[in-house]
This record gives sequence, C-alpha cells and structure tokens, in this order.
Amino acid sequence: MAFNGPTRRAVLQGALATSALGLTGFPAFADPAWKKYAGTTIEANLIKGPRGDLLQKYASEFTDLTGIKVESEVIPEQQQRQKAVIELTSGKPSFDVVHVSYHVQKRQFEKAGWLADLTGFMKDPNLTAPDLRVDDFSAGGLQFAQNEKGEMHSLPWSVDYFILYYNKEMFAKKGIAVPKTFDEMAAAAEKLNDPANGIYGFTGRGLRNANMTLWTNFFLNYGGEFLDAKGNIQTDGPEAIEATKMYQRLLTKTAPPGVAGFNWMESMATLTQGRAAMWIDGVGWAPPIEDPNASRVVGKIGYTVVPAGPKGQYSAAYGDGIGIAKTSTKKEAAYLYCQWAVSKTMGARLLQGGGGVPFRNSILNDETVRKGVKNQEWLDSVIASAKISKLGLPVIVPVAEFRDLVGAAVTATLSGADPATELKKAHEQFRPILERSEKT
Amino acid sequence: MSELTAGRTSAVEKEAAKKKEWRPISYWPFIVPAMVVVLAVIIFPWAYTIWMSLHEWKVGSPPTFVGLANYLRLPTDARFVESVWHTLVYTALSVALPLILGTLAAVIFNTKFPLRGFFRGLFILPMMATPVAIALVWTMMFHPQLGILNYLLSMVGLPPSLWVFHPATAIPSLVLVETWQWTPLVMLIVLGGLTAIPSEPYESAQIDGATPWQTFRYISLPMIMPFLFIAAMIRMIDAVKSFDIIFAITQGGPGSASETINLYLYSVAFVYYDVGYASAIVVVFFALIIALAGALLHLRQRTHWNDAGGSA
Repeated sequence: MAFNGPTRRAVLQGALATSALGLTGFPAFADPAWKKYAGTTIEANLIKGPRGDLLQKYASEFTDLTGIKVESEVIPEQQQRQKAVIELTSGKPSFDVVHVSYHVQKRQFEKAGWLADLTGFMKDPNLTAPDLRVDDFSAGGLQFAQNEKGEMHSLPWSVDYFILYYNKEMFAKKGIAVPKTFDEMAAAAEKLNDPANGIYGFTGRGLRNANMTLWTNFFLNYGGEFLDAKGNIQTDGPEAIEATKMYQRLLTKTAPPGVAGFNWMESMATLTQGRAAMWIDGVGWAPPIEDPNASRVVGKIGYTVVPAGPKGQYSAAYGDGIGIAKTSTKKEAAYLYCQWAVSKTMGARLLQGGGGVPFRNSILNDETVRKGVKNQEWLDSVIASAKISKLGLPVIVPVAEFRDLVGAAVTATLSGADPATELKKAHEQFRPILERSEKT
Repeated sequence: MSELTAGRTSAVEKEAAKKKEWRPISYWPFIVPAMVVVLAVIIFPWAYTIWMSLHEWKVGSPPTFVGLANYLRLPTDARFVESVWHTLVYTALSVALPLILGTLAAVIFNTKFPLRGFFRGLFILPMMATPVAIALVWTMMFHPQLGILNYLLSMVGLPPSLWVFHPATAIPSLVLVETWQWTPLVMLIVLGGLTAIPSEPYESAQIDGATPWQTFRYISLPMIMPFLFIAAMIRMIDAVKSFDIIFAITQGGPGSASETINLYLYSVAFVYYDVGYASAIVVVFFALIIALAGALLHLRQRTHWNDAGGSA
C-alpha cells in the first residue's frame, strides 16, 4: 500500500518489514534437502497479477536456494485458465507447476484427476520444511485444496475475501455510523445518496458473471447454501430471492446509473473518484485506492468486514492454489517450488505488498509480518474476514455457466425484473447443464 | 536387318507415344501441394468440426455419440436464439451506418476544397487503430459518470446516456464504435468509384438543370452501386464475425444484451469447454454467413459493372 511519499514513519515501517523477512523467512528453509534436485529445470504456468508477478520477480532466490531453474510463463487469468485446461486434457502439458483458481476450477480439476497428490510429499521431512503443516492452512484453504478423501492435491496459496470499503469523510459529514448489518447498510446508502451532486450511496459489480462474486455475499448472509446434500443447486430458493432483493435495492436505488455494466474496474473508479460512499469487493484493491496518482480518496477510505445479514455474517472467499501436473516427471523439484511459493517469506511479501492474503495462519498471526503491513485498518478487516469466511461459489464443474446464467438473472433485476421470476428462469436453464456435467 | 531396324523404330515411336501420353499428368506436382493444404486446413477441420458436433464432448471427458442432439438443443437454448437476433441487429446496423456515412464522406471528399488531402488522411486514421486498444479507450469514454461522452452531451444540454451500461443502448453504442472505425474504409472504396465516373453525364445534367440531389440520385448512385455492394459485402462479413470490440467493451453484457453468436460460441467452447455443442453452433453460424453472403451476391448480380464505366 503506497501512501503519500516516503515519510519518516514509512521508512521505519519499511525497515521493520525488511527485518520481518529476515526473521520469518530463510531460517525456515534450513531443513529439507533443498539442493537434492539441483540442476533440474521446471516449467511453471502462472496467472498474470500480483501473485504470479511476485513468484517471477523472486525466482532467482528460489534458484539460489535449490539450484533448480524455473521457467515461468505468466499469462492473463482467462487465457491461463483456458491454456491449462486444454494442455492438461491433452495429457502432455508443457508445464510442471500450475496456478489453480480454486473457486472456478476445483471440481473440474478433481474430477479429471489432473493434479498430483502431495499428501506423501508433505509428510516427507526430506522434502518439506517442518513449519509447513496441513493444520497451518485456514479451513477455507483446506476446503479448496483437499479432495473428499482428505488428500492434498495443491497447496493453498492466496485467498481473496470480500470486504466493505467506505468513504469515512462522507460518513462523518452526515454523522452516520459504519453499518453492521445489511439493513443498516441500505439505510446508510440511502442517506448518503446524492445523485444531484454525483454522489452515490453504494457501488458494486452489476455485470453478468462478475456480479456473482458480490451477490454471494448477500446470499450467504441470508442463510443460503449453494448445494443440498444430494448436490442439487439451491440458488433460486427463498434465501436467494431475499438476497437478490437486497442486492437489487442497493444497486438500483443508491448506485450510479449504468451499474448493470460495472465490473470491479468501473466500481473502483466510482469509489476512487469520490463518487461512491460504499463498495463491497475483494481485499486486493487497497494499493490503487491509496495511490495518489490514481485516487482522489487517499487516506479517506475505511476498511471493514461485510455487514451481517439476517441469518449470519460471512465473507465470501475466493482463492488461488499452486499444484503439480500428475504427468510431470519432476514432481519433487516442482513440489519444492510450490512450497517456496507458499512459504512465510513469500507470504509476507504478498501480504505486505497488498497483492493477496496467504492461507497460512502462521503468516497472518506473525506479529513482525503484521507490523510490516502499512495499512493496519485494512489488515484488521482481512483478519476479521478470515474468521467468518465461506466459499463464495458452489463447488461444481460448470461454475462458469452458473456465473453466466444466474449472473444474467441478477443483472436483469437491475432493470426492474422480478428476482424470483428471473432466478427461476435461469435455473431452468442451468439445472440440465449441471445434471449433464455430473453425469459424465 | 531392316526388320530389326523397323522393330527398333517402332519401339522408339512407342516410347515417344508413351511419353506423350504421360505428358498431361505432369501438372500434378503443381496441384498436389495446394490440394494437401486445402485438405489439411479447410476440408479436414470442417469434417472434424461436423464430427465433433455430433458428439457430447466436454473437455476432460471422452466424447459420446449423440447424433443430432446438439443441433436439436439449439432452438431451445434461449441464449443462442437471442444471440442470433443480436448478431443480425448488430450486423444490419454496422453495415448500414458506415455505408451511408462513408458514401456521404466520399461525396464530400470528391469535391475540391482547400487542405482536402490533409483532411482525407485525418479521416482514415481510425481505420489504422487496433480494435482492442480503441475498444478500451471507448469503454472509458462510455462511462456514465466519468466518461467524456456524457460530459459532451451535458455541454450541449442533452441528458446523459448509459451507453454500453444499459441493455437497450448497448448494441447501438457498440455499433457507434464500429461505425467510427470502419466508415473510412467505405469512404475509400466509394471514393474510388466516384473518381472513375466520367464527367460527361454530370455536364449534361448541369445543362439540363439537375439539382445536386438529382445528380447524386440518378447519376452518381447508380454508377457507384457496384462499389457499394463490395463495401457492403466486406462490412457484412466483418460485422457478423465481430468479436474484439464487443468482447473488450461489454463481454456480451449487460446481462446478455450484446451477446452475439461469436461471443456465445467463445463462451461455450473456451469457458464452458463444451466442444460438441460449440461445434454445432459453428456449423449453424457458418450456414448463416453463407446465406447472408449468398443473398448479397444475388443482389449484386442484378447490378452491372458496365453501369459504372460504360465499358468492361
């Protein structure tokens, strides 16, 4: 998180961050036989973004540690997902290590059996540092990485919780308290909404597919469960209808016109240009919000957990993992790389850079790592969200179809369509797709 | 001896005759490479696509033969039916608008005025830009609160529009980008046609006291008709398969308001990995393009090149 210029405090914090790396990082690398696979070259297929970039940036440190050379291919998210799936289907992927988007690919990868089982590796002291334990990963991370038998098929790497961003200045001006429930949030949004002056109470994703990551925060807090015990989809039930009504209320009454076409980028622009009082989205946007070159609200934004709904308080979580192709002939070397990627050193860098949140509790709970994070309010919202996090999308193969079809229904409600009718219509289309995918 | 000679001669003749017989076959080496290429890059992919369209085939699981089930699914698939309609509307608008504006621009640039060359150069600039790059710029311009378009509307006292952020205006807004980029191409083609028209008909028209509109309607327009058809054909093929601009600006949204066949096809094939069904869509899409091109060609045959130049 870049605040205004390098102040004395920032320099001190930077120094602390550096010492944190020294304290929490490399000593942990002492135990396994790091150099055993020296001379090997492995290929990694990563997603372009703060996480993929971080691994690429520090790859030479890994090579110094292990003698393993890494050739990484870093490509945009959508293309990387396509490439990974197509290559894995061919049976001869060009990569050993693959970046997995859990919330979209978990079930698909598991069903196809594309990833190597890492359970054995994790128990091998020659391969695994003692601090890397299964129980160090948060429950959400394990839900993503383990299959039904409890085998680890990837290492949970970074999680994206949804949080509430709010403009403190606007709240203070009208003397409104930070909302703790959805009803309070809707009421606050209505009070803060001032379209005549170009100010809107709330902003968020309305665009089909993208909107589902926001919508599920409502769904979960209205008591929704994606699947019943038999695997039937339940996102058109009474909870979903009530959740959609709240979503519809916020995004039609108090959001900027045109919100039906907003993805995170447009939503963030409204917030950073001082046109929106509240925004619910992933935790990763603090760096641009606090960047004086891109934002007019530097230092004015508060960070807190998603407000509670009538049936609970959850933060929808989406996550990335890192795994190894089953067909790879260099699994051990690749495993060392995956382990390094989720290590304390790299996790601390990820958190302190604001690019993501590690799944490992030992990193989040480490005082020195925490002190290295410049924006403590943001960090508090992350830690509080971790405690109430729940998977943000159903674990099924056709996640993309789900997001497109139900997402289109949710978008349609922004033009005034009835939530119950739209959801019913979307599920009539979606159910056969789900059945077909589970059958094959 | 003579018998022997005679025998030898006939053998030589026979050989010569044989060579003669083989001669026509020598063109094969020239044809085979082309045939191999056509077979490999056109016929095989087509046959394979049709084969795939007859299978239920999700990437990651083996294909199962389902006959025409994928095709029968198409008319019941609301998203597909809607996407066909969107494609037709999008194509009709993005052929008609550049055609009208391009012709108008060509007529203007065909008259003599100062700095004509400079303005002509300026006018064709949009054509040179990369579609994805300009699409991203337009996305920012379309932003309902922060975009420059609504600011410009407010300057002249017009109410703001939601552009690509509202289902009803999404397609027209996308067509605006398409028109901005491709009007220059139509202008160039039509301008070529206009400069080829001899000056005599205009002189006679002037003597007969024709108004500028009459001159355009009864002399220029019929003579540039063949050029307009070419421009329409190029625009039609381009618009029907348009992907980059729509994908970069709306991704088919809001909802599915601007989802054309091509965008839906992309989702089915590369996001849902439903290869069998996607192949069926491709086959139908191809048939649609052929039908549209065929209809245009049919119309084109009714106009004649010699209308333009008098000879040819």
